[in-house]
Amino acid sequence: MTAVVKRRSRRPKGLTAHIVLALAVLISIFPFVWTIVMATNTTEDIYKSPPKLTFGSHLLENIRHVLDTIDFFGSMLNTLLVASVTTVLVLFVDSLAAFAFAKFDFPGRKVLFAMLVGFMMLPLQLAVLPQFILMSDIGWVGTLKALALPALANAFGIFWLRQYIENGVPDELLDAARIDGAGFFRQYWNIVLPMIKPALSFLAIYAFVGAWNDYIWPLVVLTDPGHLTLQVVLAQLHVGHTTDYSMVMAGVLMASLPLVIVFTLFARGFIAGATEGAVQGS
Amino acid sequence: MLSYWRQYLAISPFFLIFGIFSFVPVFYSLYLAFQRWDGMGTIQFVGLQQFRFLWDDPVFWMSIRNTLVIWVLSTVPTLFGALVLATLLHSVRRFKGFYRIALYIPNVTSIVAVSIFFGAVFSNNFGLVNAILGTVGISPVPWLSNPWLIKLVIALLMTWMWTGYNMIIYLAGLQAIPTQIYEAAKLDGAGPIRTFFQITMPIMRPIILFTVIISTINGLQSFSEPQVLFGSNAANPNLGGPGQAGLTTLLYFYQSAFVNNDYGYGAAIVWAFFVLIMVLVVINWRVVQRGRKS
Repeated sequence: MTAVVKRRSRRPKGLTAHIVLALAVLISIFPFVWTIVMATNTTEDIYKSPPKLTFGSHLLENIRHVLDTIDFFGSMLNTLLVASVTTVLVLFVDSLAAFAFAKFDFPGRKVLFAMLVGFMMLPLQLAVLPQFILMSDIGWVGTLKALALPALANAFGIFWLRQYIENGVPDELLDAARIDGAGFFRQYWNIVLPMIKPALSFLAIYAFVGAWNDYIWPLVVLTDPGHLTLQVVLAQLHVGHTTDYSMVMAGVLMASLPLVIVFTLFARGFIAGATEGAVQGS
Repeated sequence: MLSYWRQYLAISPFFLIFGIFSFVPVFYSLYLAFQRWDGMGTIQFVGLQQFRFLWDDPVFWMSIRNTLVIWVLSTVPTLFGALVLATLLHSVRRFKGFYRIALYIPNVTSIVAVSIFFGAVFSNNFGLVNAILGTVGISPVPWLSNPWLIKLVIALLMTWMWTGYNMIIYLAGLQAIPTQIYEAAKLDGAGPIRTFFQITMPIMRPIILFTVIISTINGLQSFSEPQVLFGSNAANPNLGGPGQAGLTTLLYFYQSAFVNNDYGYGAAIVWAFFVLIMVLVVINWRVVQRGRKS
């Protein structure tokens, strides 16, 4: 018994935990590393047995090949446009509604909010087919507008921001503003928005990543080859040229890297925000 | 009522957009499930005919089986792994921020990119996994043509993407537990395993329930993974891979509605599927709640 205690005390604290966690980190980042390995080699090198396990020098060649095969920058621009517009509008629509729900007691507030929470449970796939019919009726099939609008109905964002405003924005501050003659929208713009910046930046990343990675809806609604998003052309790259894997992986790398970099830069705030939301939501 | 027009104005954009683009469409698809329509000609009311056809459709039941198998194969390791990792992460002091970010990163990558990656790594002839197995003398494993292995690869992919996400949620729950409870348990002589099962687990139950339900809703909606992995599209009759082993219900819905233009049948599939998800959510709820009483 004493021997066990002694051995344990000599060992750095939590070594086993660190070993398991480090292994998990390896598994979680391995696909990124291996994608780079594949993207920097030729397809012959990857398909060799045993395969080449080190970084090669064919990255530029593979990238050029991707650019020749698909309209990479065009579709990236489309994706960037849709994701940015969606994000900005989601932040505006959701924060405005969240403020009304958090700080005002208007008739029907409880019912409307309960409805909103219920909406969060509806699987959106139920709506995909009629959404497509609706879009073709108003002639939006194939356009980028068709991507942004349905994404604006982000019930989760309202739910989440409401919690934040309720706890994070003191009533006294709003009362003081009211005495100074500030109306609903002035309070929203001058007091609430500046105070909920951390929550907004979390929601911004959440909405942006969601829009950037969306696949099923763009696949259905974008019919015009000139107006595709990154995920759709990426999937096409795979279907059309399954043999040239190093080129395909260069495309995967080009499409994933911007988002991974942006996420890593903002990760601290994002994960803190996600953690906060999870505790409050439960 | 009129004095609140500003509040109503503030919430109206959401309700308008949601109503037009989500709420009405959901019920319109229920209406469509009772019709026959190819999207061009006239809509014809057929009553329960679509559902009767669905009931006898072996492909539909196969897609349900595929979806359920993939869901179980991915959800169990995902939630278990997330709980273990969160417990370990909660216990360490150093590198906490680094671990959280590095383990969350899979969740912000796109399903399309990850699916293509898994397709390359598990490729039957040339993939890295088979190459490694080859160096230790194991002959190539047909990852992407054996019906069970296809499901396993898809489940692995989902596990890789979602473990970190659930870990963050569990970690948040663990951090909310007051440390005094653990100190008291330690004084009473409880070891780490006993502490985990008698203190951590009961307190975490609502959060575990939350992740189980989210995983049920998300996990049953696998679509992009097999769609990208097997290049399932109009030109590819091999929907969902060899033997259609990766044909999930949503992929079958996609094929019926958008490839075959059978809108009524597509709507029936997706509504039947929704009912199934709800049944499973209720069952999961019951199981987790019953654990509380005993």
